[in-house]
Amino acid sequence: MIYLPGLLVALAALWFALSGETAPMFLALGALSVLVTLWLAARLRIIDRDASPYHRLVQLALYLVWLMGQIVKANIAVIAKVLGPRHAIDPALVRLKTSAKTDLGRALFANSITLTPGTVTVDIEGDLLVVHALVREAATVHSFSPMDRHAAKAADGGHAAKAAHGGKA
Amino acid sequence: MADALFWAGGGLAAAGALLALIGALGVLRFPDVYTRIHAASITDTGGATLMILGLCLISGLSLVTLKLVLVWVFIMLTSPAAANALANAAYSAGHTPWIGSFRIMQDNRKGGSR
Repeated sequence: MIYLPGLLVALAALWFALSGETAPMFLALGALSVLVTLWLAARLRIIDRDASPYHRLVQLALYLVWLMGQIVKANIAVIAKVLGPRHAIDPALVRLKTSAKTDLGRALFANSITLTPGTVTVDIEGDLLVVHALVREAATVHSFSPMDRHAAKAADGGHAAKAAHGGKA
Repeated sequence: MADALFWAGGGLAAAGALLALIGALGVLRFPDVYTRIHAASITDTGGATLMILGLCLISGLSLVTLKLVLVWVFIMLTSPAAANALANAAYSAGHTPWIGSFRIMQDNRKGGSR
């Protein structure tokens, strides 16, 4: 339950950012909705490390900046394919291993792949991801390893990611 | 200054709309469900990001900017979940993706491997 205060602060901040209200009645209603949300989250048993990664916010924000660069590059590549000749695409389905050890790290990696145009995570079986790619060259194990490394580092911490990656290579 | 920001914001929003259009074009042009998801993700990422960036410039720095950033964050969190649900549903249902060059696959549709 040490993640409860973090969720409380995040929900209260979100409520205030969306409403901007300071009248006592609105504040009371806001507090009520925050408490109801906390109660629902507790009932669902989703108040844990993976659901509230506030202790890694800085690393995750840095990762997001890096990911945006990748997304810009991928956008340009896929736009070129959309506007290019009809038979220029070369779809492929690949399986690749993630070095992320936690659910958070795996979810972050899988969602990053999906968010990047040109690649979609189709299925995940343990640490094995099934990925569909628009062009075969973009879907080699080698081309995904920087994203895997960065995602694992952002979600699990540099030490764990480094050990896992070094062990694999 | 405010005028320049307005036009810069408008330009970015228009560029975002153009990317959304390109995404739609890709959905029409690409051959199967998986490749079409790739095209749609241009609309989700590039299109939405440019549009929200443009709206941020137009609105100026205020609570509205924070709300726009939150909208962007939620789009970035939810759109991969939706794309994954779509791709996973097709994959679980046994829909075979077209593998290899699109031109080759036109002659040999069932040649793809899971």
